[in-house]
Amino acid sequence: MGHPIRRAAFYFTVGVISLILVAPVIAFMINAFAFRWFYPQLIPQEWSLQAWERLGLIPRAGERSVSGFIDLWMSVPDVVSALWLSLAIGVTVTGLSVIIGLPAARALGLYKFRGKRIVEFMIITPTILPPIAFSLGLNINFIRWDLALQDMGIPIDLAGSVIGVSIVHLVPVMPYVVLTLSGVFANYNPDFEAQARSLGARPLRIFWDVTLPSILPGLFVAALFAFLVSWSQYLLTFLIGQGRVVTLPMLLFSAAGTGNNAMIAALSLVFIAPAILILLVTSRYLSGESSAVGGFGRV
Amino acid sequence: MDWEKIRIPLMLAPTMLIITVLFFGSLGYGLLQSFGYNPAIGTTEMSLEAYRSVLFSAEVAPVFWPGLWLSLWVAFASTFISAAIAIGVALLLRRTFVGKKLAVFFFQLNLPIPHLVIAVGMLMLFSQSGLVSRILGEMGIVTSPRDFPPLTQDAYGIGIILAYLWKEVAFFGIIVLAILQSLGEDYESVAQSLGANRWQRFRTVTLPLIMPGLMSASIIVFAFTFGTYEVPRILGVQHPKMLPVLALDFFLNPDLNARAEGMALSMIIAVIVFALVFVYMWITARTVRKA
Repeated sequence: MGHPIRRAAFYFTVGVISLILVAPVIAFMINAFAFRWFYPQLIPQEWSLQAWERLGLIPRAGERSVSGFIDLWMSVPDVVSALWLSLAIGVTVTGLSVIIGLPAARALGLYKFRGKRIVEFMIITPTILPPIAFSLGLNINFIRWDLALQDMGIPIDLAGSVIGVSIVHLVPVMPYVVLTLSGVFANYNPDFEAQARSLGARPLRIFWDVTLPSILPGLFVAALFAFLVSWSQYLLTFLIGQGRVVTLPMLLFSAAGTGNNAMIAALSLVFIAPAILILLVTSRYLSGESSAVGGFGRV
Repeated sequence: MDWEKIRIPLMLAPTMLIITVLFFGSLGYGLLQSFGYNPAIGTTEMSLEAYRSVLFSAEVAPVFWPGLWLSLWVAFASTFISAAIAIGVALLLRRTFVGKKLAVFFFQLNLPIPHLVIAVGMLMLFSQSGLVSRILGEMGIVTSPRDFPPLTQDAYGIGIILAYLWKEVAFFGIIVLAILQSLGEDYESVAQSLGANRWQRFRTVTLPLIMPGLMSASIIVFAFTFGTYEVPRILGVQHPKMLPVLALDFFLNPDLNARAEGMALSMIIAVIVFALVFVYMWITARTVRKA
């Protein structure tokens, strides 16, 4: 690529491709702040924060002080409440999936045992089969189990509740956590634990001081993926939440039918902000290792 | 008790419990219901009635078959075109150049963005008064939104395919780029020194090297684009509907008899994806044995 013209052509091509790839994000940025954007103007003549005000994310002009923001957010507009709920479910699911998946990942990463291939097959299947295939049956199962729980005098609702939605998110999340972490354990040397044990360390201390530090980077990536997969769930939340668990994707989906582009774009930007943050943090781990990248395949 | 013997099963138990009960249990119950087992409305006799209805009846078959063809078309087109684009871009980006980090970041940008959001983004880019239509308007190619062809919510699934292209180019791209960079350009240099031209080098050296990774990624993408609900719901039309949308519509129908048909549709989706995975595994097993 020594020749200046060839170099210019190369950068021009890369530039055009980059622009096309980021076009959806650019469209959101223009739409979210556009005001009276008449056809065929490419760039709006007027800009405004109206959509953000209507969503209750930014106070009206004149009230945009720190206390104005606090007052507005404390009054918990729909979007803010959906934001907190999405975050709470995401964090819960991430924590649960790591706690549940860690021992399984260790077993798969460190040991050979009979039936290992069947176990691996069963864990991979939910990542291949479309969610629609199991979520319809699950929807009915939850309603049945609720009735059974009621008969036993346990007043817990799974269908239509945040608990139920969090449990269901485990299905798409667990495989990625287990597969990513089993990859980590495949390169892990358990001899250090034996040494710590021979020096008299107790199991919990061994986990905390020996195991955890060496798996921490992988654990971190797995947790971020788990969060992202939960964060972007629409169908499962819709079916199991029965419209009563209103996360951000629920709001975005119902907004998509309104045709109010400014509001849809503003919601989209709020929705993708953590996703892009996670990409920035994890991009150096994205060496194409299939299990980690696979998480993105399901977002 | 011998702890060593039950240690591994114990470690696996929590994960397997979740997956077996929630995933396979639900899949199984869905299968039962597709056979007409539905105690809620008092039918416990099993039959293939729902499948017969979906495949042959005068009411459901006319929406099922166009939906199946649309689903297959969308999944094949999305997988094939995005793989081709991703290979091209990855070949362009694999060399070292100033600003490569930024270019690769843009290349990956759509990876973590949910499909739902990209689908909405397609409405803003390709609807008749969207950004692309405005660009053509500025250039004087179209004068009103009506001159711009309806690319979203069209009968051929073009909007749906476009949404998948944006998502899956990033997905394929990261995989192909990683393979290319780990391989280096040594093999191609050898081919070049032996007199192979650009196309021959790609066809006989590069492509076979990236093929295994490309194939397994294609299976994931095909299964996903074939079975996702959100994208065709937002970018699709009333008729024909892709199978996942059709399945959910039947399932949510207040008529409880339609539920079995919805279940049957979701099982048909599952069977098609399963069949595809098995064919893929059979082919790879055979080529591995040959090699």
